[in-house]
Amino acid sequence: MIVLKDVLALLEGELLTPASPPETPLPKVFASDLMSDVLSSAEPGSLLLTGLANVHVVSTCSVADLAGVVFVQGKRPAPDVVLQALSRNLPLVATKLTMFEACSRIARFIEDGGHARR
Amino acid sequence: MPAVESTYHREFPVKGGDFAKAGAAACEIKELLKDLGLAPATVRRAAIVAYEAEMNVIMYAWEARIGLTVSLDEVRLTVDDRGPGIPNIELALTEGYSTATAEMRELGFGAGMGLPNIKRNADVFAIDSEVGRGTRLDITIRMNGHKP
Repeated sequence: MIVLKDVLALLEGELLTPASPPETPLPKVFASDLMSDVLSSAEPGSLLLTGLANVHVVSTCSVADLAGVVFVQGKRPAPDVVLQALSRNLPLVATKLTMFEACSRIARFIEDGGHARR
Repeated sequence: MPAVESTYHREFPVKGGDFAKAGAAACEIKELLKDLGLAPATVRRAAIVAYEAEMNVIMYAWEARIGLTVSLDEVRLTVDDRGPGIPNIELALTEGYSTATAEMRELGFGAGMGLPNIKRNADVFAIDSEVGRGTRLDITIRMNGHKP
């Protein structure tokens, strides 16, 4: 199973919530900019990849029990969004990769059974 | 002696257009249900219903009260809003149908999934709307329900 530190390494990501445990498990992955799609289709415990960086992402993840967020393509949430995530123990990661590249790297890692783990 | 059925009730006011506080009521409802010891799947379904309903009020209505009642076997959520109402409920329940503005869509909402998502997570779903006055939702989620 992919964990937070794998995501950071694979996506050359920056952890915006430094207190998040590196071994946080992320058993499923979901990618969308539509929060209603997240609410209807993402499974609990999922990592969300999104190009949306507003506070509704954190609220949506909190409501639907998602386990972490990756903001793709250089998007960065405002400080108040990060604060909300901290208060809800939701790890946030920023990457400069595009949505497609970020998803591809995670999919390859999962298909590989995590053998590329560093 | 007859058994005393304990119920918990609380109301949450929501203001239309208040995007800054969007999700506050739903997150509070979720924490309350967790504290009451409900099963995680039931808590999640109720939280999703509350959140979608709250977003609908913020996007389309002027104000509303979300009522939460928890009894031994079910969670009931009622949403009474003062707002423009829904002219065609059947259409509004169609996945993908939306009257959202570009601004709402930029926030990640208004994809026409709100009411369908609420219905999916409900064991009992009732909606009533009057154009020019408002909309009322009455949702029941059973503790032993299995949706979605």
